[in-house]
Amino acid sequence: MLGLNKKDFGLLTIVIILTVFAPFILNPFPEGSALAQFNAGYPDLMQRLVIFGIFAIGFNILFGLTGYLSFGHAAFLGAGSYAGIWMIKLLTLNIIPAIIASVIVAGLFSLIVGWISLRRSGIYFSILTLAFAQMSYSLAYSVLTPITGGETGLQPKVSDPRIFDAALAEGTTPRANFFGMFMNDSYELSLAGWVFTFNVGYYIAAIFMVIAFYISIRIFRSPFGLMLRAVKSNQQRLNYTGIQSKPYTLAAFVISGMYAGLAGGLLVAMDTQAGAERMFWTASGEVVLMTILGGSGTLIGPVLGAGFIKYFENIVSKINESILQAWFSFMPEALQEFFVAIFYPFIGKGWHLTLGLIFMLVVIFLPGGLMEGGKRISDLFRRKSKTDSGSGKVAPEAAE
Amino acid sequence: MGILEVKGVNKSFGGLRALSDVNLNVEEGTVHAIIGPNGAGKSTLLNCFIGKLIPDSGTVLFDNQSLLGIQPHEINQLGVSRVFQTPEIFSDLTVFENVIIACFAKRDGAFELNAIVSVASQKDMHEKAKQMLIDVNMIDKRNEIASSLSRGDKRRLEMAMCLAQDPKLLLLDEPTAGMARADTNNTIDLLKEIQAARGITMAIIEHDMHVVFSLAEKISVLAQGTVIVEDKPENIKGNPKVQEAYLGGAH
Ligand SMILES: Nc1ncnc2c1ncn2[C@@H]1O[C@H](COP(=O)(O)OP(=O)(O)OP(=O)(O)O)[C@@H](O)[C@H]1O
Ligand SMILES: [Mg+2]
Repeated sequence: MLGLNKKDFGLLTIVIILTVFAPFILNPFPEGSALAQFNAGYPDLMQRLVIFGIFAIGFNILFGLTGYLSFGHAAFLGAGSYAGIWMIKLLTLNIIPAIIASVIVAGLFSLIVGWISLRRSGIYFSILTLAFAQMSYSLAYSVLTPITGGETGLQPKVSDPRIFDAALAEGTTPRANFFGMFMNDSYELSLAGWVFTFNVGYYIAAIFMVIAFYISIRIFRSPFGLMLRAVKSNQQRLNYTGIQSKPYTLAAFVISGMYAGLAGGLLVAMDTQAGAERMFWTASGEVVLMTILGGSGTLIGPVLGAGFIKYFENIVSKINESILQAWFSFMPEALQEFFVAIFYPFIGKGWHLTLGLIFMLVVIFLPGGLMEGGKRISDLFRRKSKTDSGSGKVAPEAAE
Repeated sequence: MGILEVKGVNKSFGGLRALSDVNLNVEEGTVHAIIGPNGAGKSTLLNCFIGKLIPDSGTVLFDNQSLLGIQPHEINQLGVSRVFQTPEIFSDLTVFENVIIACFAKRDGAFELNAIVSVASQKDMHEKAKQMLIDVNMIDKRNEIASSLSRGDKRRLEMAMCLAQDPKLLLLDEPTAGMARADTNNTIDLLKEIQAARGITMAIIEHDMHVVFSLAEKISVLAQGTVIVEDKPENIKGNPKVQEAYLGGAH
């Protein structure tokens, strides 16, 4: 169906179901309960989950398939953001031109960066991409201030030209919309103690993510995707088999750059602002972590990794000392102090410490990421239920 | 006129003269064996044919076209394929994927953004890859990951990949090393069959004399970087120069 085999179609269906019902799934705890702080079903976070999912899906097409590790992909996300915000300022508050422009601009930018960086491979390639991204970041802060807004970044103003829109009344906030539906509009559903929020922006971003995911499946299963995996496996052999690898790696680089641009454009569509910090090297590093944490080279791993990191970033960094004290309040005071002191460095601003530890544990014990963890668990159950079924490495099936 | 003409090729690594004034003429449609003791420069010579090394001097003509300074992928597209001494395969892909990549490479050597159709829907490529695996007797291993294969199987896989490309000239660097006797005989039969059916020219480096004498129509003996004898197989065995080269290489 849709040009996918049964297994991939099943996977796509699961992703669609999860994204459609995310407002329920991410809000499992009743409002006001002690556990409600672990709910993630609010618009801002849900939007980020799917948008960074798109970023990671695209990154995986480069890194997961070809093995080329880019440390500069945030530059394309940032470039997409700037392109998007300019469309919103110049043309219309409708998000469609912004999103189209962000993909195109990021694509062109990645063509240039890829063309140059792909002259080298391995660590030199990574360093080149990192250098490009840091250069873009510095430029955005300094000489390019007229285009980027420098430190303050860019936001839509009432006085912007917006040639396709009717003028806004003085004092109103310009809000991004999709043919009249505002991104920050939400419908709230109260059921018993639960409150579920259905947000326009989230669903629009989710539709883009499902499409992005679908395209990535098609790429994985195509002859092009096979060539990319061949690059990762043995580039020499590919050359001696009559294929020049550079056009393939460059195409993968540009495609992943366009995915990053789409993510940047969607970020702008949701919060109508763009700033240079989106290009900072930590942002490039984050998508690497997402992909590796989830399982690079797998279809769904990067989405899981992105969700995992964005979810815990929000939740863990919200926990503060008084919440910790409340958790350990059942203990004698000395013990309570002790545990609070131990956990304190890992919460709030200490989120990166927690992330670092999780990342190290995953890389050491689950080199294949969360996907490998899932597979090991399901293998465990399968072995219990069926003793005989052989090792059976799953290989893409021949057409029969 | 040979399909591959090598004249006056020299190659040094630092102070080591790996090839000195090598001449070789491979006739179209024949099997030409290159033999010689370890370190004689046999693999180095093949490296000069596929764009891996550029000789310091001399000429290498394939189909009357110089191969020197041309990129490896372009040389392959001209019709030269090579099986390496240490197998060069896509180790973390399946056997079937290895072969089908070679099939695709034959068709779109030029870059083609073939990103939307699925590999599974390319029936002609599937048939070809499958047939190739049947030919080398590996069809039952199609879904195994290539790195898990035995050394002999890796080499057979590499041979299948090269043959899938319908090369005009097939370079084989010790194709039966690491194979069991039965597999060696199968390989000899396979190469004979292919040679008879498609008339592919082959240059084969081999230490196993059984293989050499079963296949070769002509033999060049390489010792210390030079061709000391080039002759028909029946004249090689008794040649005192050859015996000396091999005995000389022993100590
Ligand atoms: N890239 C290189 N750099 C330096 N020396 C090299 C290189 N390649 C080969 N040599 C040297 O050149 C000589 C010829 O090596 P070559 O591999 O061609 O021998 P061979 O005839 O294939 O031997 P064998 O039968 O062991 O495979 C050897 O002394 C080897 O050490
Ligand atoms: Mg050798």
